[in-house]
Formats: sequence, C-alpha cells, structure tokens
Amino acid sequence: MKVLSEDRTRILFEKLTKYIGVNVKLLIDRPDGTYCFREKKDRVYYISERLLHLAQTLKPDHLIAAGTCFGKFTKTNKFRLHITALTYIAPYAPYKIWVKPSAEQQFLYGHHIIKSGLGRITENTPKHHGVVVYTMSDIPIGFGVAARTTAECRHADPLATIVFHQADVGEYIRSEDTLT
Amino acid sequence: MGRKAKFDETKKVKKGPGRKARKQPDPVFKKSLVEDDTTEKKLTHRQKQRAAKRAKKKAELAEKRKALKQAKKNVSKQTEVEVDNDEGHSSDEESTQGFTDDNKEWLKPKQKSKSKEKKIHSDVEETEDDSGHDDGSDVNADSDNNDKQGTKATGEKYKVGTLDDLFKDTDDENDDAESEDEGAASDNKLEYDSNSSGSDKDEDDDTDNDDDMLPIEKANIKLVKKQKTDKKLADEEMQLNIAKQDVFAFPSQEELQNPTSLQDIHQRIKDVVTVLGNFSTLKEEGRSRCEYTDLLLKDLCIYYSYNEFLMEVLMQIFPVLELVEFLEASEVARPVTIRTNSLKTRRRDLAQALINRGVNLDPVGKWSKVGLVVYSSTVPIGATPEYLAGHYILQGASSYLPVMALAPQENERILDMCAAPGGKASHIAAIMKNTGTLFANDANKERTKAIVGNFHRLGVVNAVICNHDGREFPEVMKGFDRVLLDAPCTGTGVIAKDPSVKTTKDQKDIQRCFNIQRQLLLAAIDCCSAKSSTGGYIVYSTCSILPEENEWVVNYALKRRNVKLVPTGLDFGTEGFVKYRHHRFHPSLKLTRRFYPHTHNMDGFYVAKLKKFSNVIPEPFKDEDDEELESKSEDSKQNGDIESGDQKPVPQKKGDSRKRSATSDGPQMKKKKSDVESNKGNNAQPTPASNQKNKRNRKNKKNVKQHGTNAANNAISDKSEVQENSKDIKEQRETKIRNENVDTKSSIEEIDSVQKDPNTKTTVNKSKKKRKNQKNQETSNVQNQNINKNENKITEKVEVVAAKKLKNKFNKKNKQIGKLNSNNVKKPMKDQSVHKKFKKNK
Repeated sequence: MKVLSEDRTRILFEKLTKYIGVNVKLLIDRPDGTYCFREKKDRVYYISERLLHLAQTLKPDHLIAAGTCFGKFTKTNKFRLHITALTYIAPYAPYKIWVKPSAEQQFLYGHHIIKSGLGRITENTPKHHGVVVYTMSDIPIGFGVAARTTAECRHADPLATIVFHQADVGEYIRSEDTLT
Repeated sequence: MGRKAKFDETKKVKKGPGRKARKQPDPVFKKSLVEDDTTEKKLTHRQKQRAAKRAKKKAELAEKRKALKQAKKNVSKQTEVEVDNDEGHSSDEESTQGFTDDNKEWLKPKQKSKSKEKKIHSDVEETEDDSGHDDGSDVNADSDNNDKQGTKATGEKYKVGTLDDLFKDTDDENDDAESEDEGAASDNKLEYDSNSSGSDKDEDDDTDNDDDMLPIEKANIKLVKKQKTDKKLADEEMQLNIAKQDVFAFPSQEELQNPTSLQDIHQRIKDVVTVLGNFSTLKEEGRSRCEYTDLLLKDLCIYYSYNEFLMEVLMQIFPVLELVEFLEASEVARPVTIRTNSLKTRRRDLAQALINRGVNLDPVGKWSKVGLVVYSSTVPIGATPEYLAGHYILQGASSYLPVMALAPQENERILDMCAAPGGKASHIAAIMKNTGTLFANDANKERTKAIVGNFHRLGVVNAVICNHDGREFPEVMKGFDRVLLDAPCTGTGVIAKDPSVKTTKDQKDIQRCFNIQRQLLLAAIDCCSAKSSTGGYIVYSTCSILPEENEWVVNYALKRRNVKLVPTGLDFGTEGFVKYRHHRFHPSLKLTRRFYPHTHNMDGFYVAKLKKFSNVIPEPFKDEDDEELESKSEDSKQNGDIESGDQKPVPQKKGDSRKRSATSDGPQMKKKKSDVESNKGNNAQPTPASNQKNKRNRKNKKNVKQHGTNAANNAISDKSEVQENSKDIKEQRETKIRNENVDTKSSIEEIDSVQKDPNTKTTVNKSKKKRKNQKNQETSNVQNQNINKNENKITEKVEVVAAKKLKNKFNKKNKQIGKLNSNNVKKPMKDQSVHKKFKKNK
C-alpha cells in the first residue's frame, strides 16, 4: 500500500471526473472520516485512514485487499475503472441511462447498449461522457461511455449503439479472478 | 330488468316516481294459496285401488316367504352357523350396528316372517302416504330393499376389510338392473324373476331344494359363504405376514454374501431397526444385539454407500431410528436459501423484485430477518441482476447461525479466521453496517479471490482481506473484539452437498481435522481481547456433526485458555453433548448448539460461543484425563512418550511419561514377545532380529531418556502395521523418514493421527528403536556377525531396503544420535548373548 504518485493521482482523478464530475471531491471530503487512495500492485484502493492503519500492519504479501478497489493502472499508465468502483460511482454520477428489462441481460454479458434497449436517459448527456447504467428498477448494473448525446439518441437507428460498454456487474461472475 | 326482488331486507327499493316496474309492490298471494298443505289429501280412486292391490300382493308374498323359510330351515341353519362364524370372527357389534333394523331381519331367516310382515305394512303405509306416486314408486321401494339387501350382505365384508368391494358392487348392480328392467311389472313378478334368474345362474343345489327361497336370500347365503372363504384366506395371509414381520429371521451367511437387491436390503434395514427398537421381545433366540447392529451397519453401508468407519461413528452419535432419518435427510439437498444484503436493500423489496422475476420464495423463518427460502425459480437464482448488484447472496440457512451467535456490534474490530468465500464475513459486515473493521482471513490464496469478489459485490467497504495461516494469526494481530472461527472440517453435516464425504473420510482425516481445529481455536482465542468493553467473544462453528470436531475441540480449549462457554443466543437446535462414549466433557458444553438435517432441515452444524475472561494464557500442561491426544499434539516432542497415546484414561501423564517409558517396560516386553511369537508363525524372517531387539531394549531405556525426541517420532506407527507381514520393511522406511525430519510439525501430526492401541504401538515403537539401535551398531561395525545372520533370514526386499538405508543414514545417524554411541558400546555384547539364547530356543 503506497501513496499514489502525483502523476497517477492526476490520471485517476481525470478518469473519475469523467464519470462523477465535480463530485470527486465528495469522495475526499467525507464527514465520516478521512478517506484516501492507495496503490498496491498497480491497483488503486479507496480506503479509510483508520482501516489503512490496520491494513498497513500486515505484510504486503499477505494483504490481498483492503477497502474498495477502484481500478488499475495499465502498463501504458492509463487508469481503468473496475466494476468494483460502482459502489462509489453510481450515487454520484450525473449522467445515467436506464435499460429495458429485455436489454439487461445483453448488457450483463458485456455488450454495448443499442437504441432498442434504451429505456431512459438523462437530459443533456454529452457525447463520450461516462454514464452509469441502471435497470428500470433503479439498480446500477454497470457503466460505460455515451456514444451519442441525448438529442442524437432520439433520432438514432434502433440498432445504433447508444452506450459503449465498459464494465458491468456480470464481471463478478465472468472474471472474478481479475477483479482486483 | 324488471322488478327488483327484495332478497335483501337492508336494500330498499327506491320509492317515488319512476317506471311502473319500480313502483309495483311485492305480489300478494291469496290466503288459499299461501295455506300450507298440512291436511292430508284424499287419495284418488285409482290410487286406492292400487294401494289395495299392493297390500294384497305383499301379504301373499309374506305368506310365501313364511312357507319358504320353514321349508328351508335345514339349509338356513347351516348358513346361520356360517354367518355367526363370520360375525364372531370380525366384530359382532359393528355388523349389527352398521345396519338398520329391518335389514338385519332380512339376514336372519328365523325371525324373518314377523319382521317381514311388519316391514311390508310399513311399506304399504308409506306408499299410501305418497299421493303423487304411481306404481313405479313401489317398484322403487322394493328395489331399494333389494339394494339394501345387497349392501347388507356385503356390508359385513366391509367390516372384514377384504378386497371384495368389486364383488359387492356387481351384486348391487345386478339387483339394480333387475329391478330397473322390470320396473313396470308388479312386485311379485319382479321378485320371482330376479329369484329365478339369480338362482338359475348362480346356484346349483339350492334352487332344487328351496324353490320358495327368495333369490336375495339365496344370493345372501352364497355371499356369506364366499365371504367366509375369503375371510379365511385373508386371515391366513395376514397370519403369514405377521409371522414374517414379527420374527425377523436373521439372514444366513450365504444370504449375506449374495445380496439380492437394494429393496431387500432396505427391507432388512427396516426389520432390524424394529427389532432393535424392541430387542428383548423381537430378537431371535441366541442372537446378540451386536450381531444385529453389525448387520445393520453393513446394510446401511451398502444401501447409503458409506464407508464402514463413518457409519460406525454415526451409529455412535445417533440412536438407530434417528440414524436412519439422518441418512435419509442426508440424501436430499436442503432447500436453497438466500440472505438479503441489508447494506443494499431490504428483504421485502428483494422478495418483491425476485417474485417479479418468477421466483417462488418465502421467509426462512422467524429466527432470521434476512433469510429467504427459494422453492422454485424460472431464472437462475445466482445470476439475476439483483444478485449481481449485490442485493443478496446464496447462503445456506445454517451459515446464518454462527454470525447470529457472534452478534457483532457496530464499530468493533472483528476477525473471521476462515472466511472464504466470504458469506459469513459479509453477513458480519452487514450487521455492523459497514462500520468498524472486519478482517477476513483465509489460508488459501485462491479462495481469497472469492472473498474479494463477494465483498465488492455486496458493497462491504470496511474489510481487510488477508491471507495468513490462521494458526499464526495471533502473531500478526491481536486484540479483536470478536472472532469467528468457522473451522475447516470433514463436512459430515453437509453430505447432501458433497456426497464424497461418505466414502473418503476415515479416522486419520478426522484426527487431522480436529488437530487443526484445536490449533485454530486456540489461535482464535489468543486473537481475541478479554479487555474489550463490548466483546471478548469467540464463536466456533463447523459444518460437521462429529463430537470429535466439536465438543471435544471446545472442551480442549476450555482447559487451555481462560474462556468460558456462554449461551449462543440461538433459541433452537439441540444441546451439545456432555457425554459421548467414554468422554465426559465440561457440563457447560450444554450451552453449545447442534443442528441436524433431519430435525432442523438445514445442514448439519455446530455452534459454540466462548467468552474470554482473561488474556493470561494458563499453564499449558494440565494433567487431566481425556487429554492424551491434545497433550500429544503439543507436547509429544517433550514427552518422548508414546503411551499417552490413546483415549483411554492413562493415570500417568506427560510429566511422568519418561519415567513410565522406562519403568513400564516389563509388561510390554511380555507383550512384545507374544507379538514376536505370532510373527514367527507368520514369517520366520524377522523374528530373530526382533528377539534380539527385545533384549537390547532394556539397555536402550537410557537411550530413550536421552533422546526423547527420537522416541516421540518413533511413536508414529499403525496398528495394522504390527500385524502385517511386511511390517519390518515398513518400519524401516518409516524410521528413515522420521530420522530425517525429527522435529517437524508433520511428524507431530502424524503422531496424533495414530492412536488406536497404545500397547501395540509401543511395542512397535520399541521394535523400531531397537532397529535403529541395531543400525547404529551395524554402522559402527561392532556386530557384523549378527547382522549377517539376521540378514540371511530377512527377505531380499528387506535386505535391499536395509542396505539403502544403511548407506543413506550412515552419516546422519552418527550425527543425530551421537550420544547413542557411548551406550552402544556395550550393546553388542548383550546382543550376542541374546542371539545365543535365541539359538538355544531354536
């Protein structure tokens, strides 16, 4: 567990801003204690200081995970959000999209969302902005990147992609080993 | 439309202007119309005529019958006897009660005449009363009578309970059909016709003799006869069956060796269970209970495909009847249960969402606020969006119990020692509402990934997941408020989930398990802090039902640490054992809870809650009975004694053990000799060597003292080995191994795992020691002659092994058992003398 480098912190926050906008600062300034980002084996964990102190007493080899894993830095030093970050992204995300029940399963198997599966979408969603995907019963099931703006969606072809898939909760089953 | 009827008084029809229909009042009937017809109407002329005719006919009929009865008396006597017999057999009262009076009269020819007249009169009256009826009614009445007769005749059969319903039915039908056919005809005719038809067809002799007998009567007689024979047969059959059941014939050897079918075995199991249930009355002469239980054991093993060891253990836990129930319950899977993740949703919401997906579910019971039982589902319950979003987790109902017993509080620091795959740990986090700190530890690194996945899915953020050996956790961190130890076990409670348990587990597995469990439990207790203001609790649970892995382990911990048992807070489940076979556990073990698949419909489980009242670790050595095993696991190194080996209460213990090994050689030597003798019979080769060893052994006592560690290692052996012919070879190999890892833990565990018969063990051990010594001597070239002689007698295999060993060990031994050398100097002399003696014996 080491502190993120300046560079990586910037990359991480840029990425997070794509999904939750200015709400990033809510992750840092919390009323219930101080939380911080720590890096372990290129994975970034979001963890309360109190927990961090305890976790740091363990030998690194024996420590598997602590707090919440947000994602990992790739070899090209880009940050990739993991589905495990959904717990924190979903409540803060400004742009959301709801999928129809018929399209839920498709998305959960890693497919993009097409127009025909689109249930609702937040007004004024800009292009290429991160969006959180919800079911019609308001359960967050993943996130992605908007392929079109809300306006464009209205006139899109039924088979046109609306959201590019990035992560979905199906990964908990599909790729449990690579979650963290 | 139309006028609304005033069926309902409360509803009042609107009054006032409107359509005519609405205003129309209720109809009023004339007095004459409303007048009830209590007064009897006069019969019409024709009706009167018909009635008179009817009465006349009936009178005629009755007369005829009278005559018939008298003529028939002889015959009827016979039948009467039969009837009586019948009734006597079954239940007199019932049969008489079961029918109306007039029917009874019909049955008995003697009283018939009077009663019949009466009856006919009543009939006539009845018909007279019926004003609207014509001839048909009469016929109907008569046919009714016929029916009644039929039923009456057959009614007795009902009582007997035979299978003659069919027969009866056809009779009835016959009667009915006849009466219907000739509905228009007069009564007399009807009766005669039916008589002739019935008798012609059915009866041989009676028709000739008793022309005046009514067909129904004849049929009745016939019926009774038939009944009687049927009943006789049925009774015989019953007797046969009863005889078969009551005296369960113990199967012969051949029967046992050639099992026919599983059904037979199942039947035999049932029989034996009933016999064992009431042994004194049901047993076969000259058979002991043992024979029955042995038979049952074998049958159960075959039928449920268990290995004998496990079945034996189960038989010791359960009484026979319960055992069968348990085995049956272990065959079927428990219902699927899910636990609501209270961090993300509520149970009611989740249930609604799942019901919408086509899942049929119910709350698991009053004792849990988060559990749901899934009866059926149209979607895979482990892959719904709700599941993936972490609203619930698939978890057996029994897994809620340890967490409920642990009763975590918010802002505590809690440890789950064996957490994978994180079901219970996430439950703890949910109860803590993501406050405090949860350490989820598992020894298996691969399985920790499951914990990571589940925790993230369920939204647990207050957890640290680590990968330590639980036994070493106290060195990592201490001072937890609560510790949950769901120890690895043999899984005898979850046989339905993993049937391989049935055949794969044996004594060694169990011993391996409970040794680890003991160490883990002690470690868990050490991790816990007695000074915690809110906690200081440890919950120990397993999914096994064996007392060795449960009560015994807890009992062990009670003696080794400053802990006491407290109520688990679970209001159901059976109490833990205080006595089990020869074990006498601490009485407070009553406070622990056991759960069985057959009584609680959840996996077999055990939960114990301990409270730590002091952080001081008491003196590790407590010489109490029944702790031999424990002592071995911990102290075998220091003891250097093998005899503390078994579950028999041994008066002397650890402290005295060395002395004992030195002093108590005498009787054992004798035993040894007898062993050796028997070995002689089997294979002559090893005897001379072992004889020498015997003698040598006395000298070696000193060695034993000095090298307790080696002796302890030698303790490892198997009862079975003693009896095997290839014993020596094995021993040599074993000693080899042992010498190599003198102090390693594995050897200690092995020691623990072998404790069947202390005596045989010790003898084996000693022989091993001797062997070792012998080797030493050989290496020191003191005793070449003896060796040569011995080796001549040893089989080639042994030679090869010995030679190898010699080469390998030559250097090692001198180093390891360096001190032996000084003693060994004198040994050759004695050995030679022994050898001489041996020769003499020969």
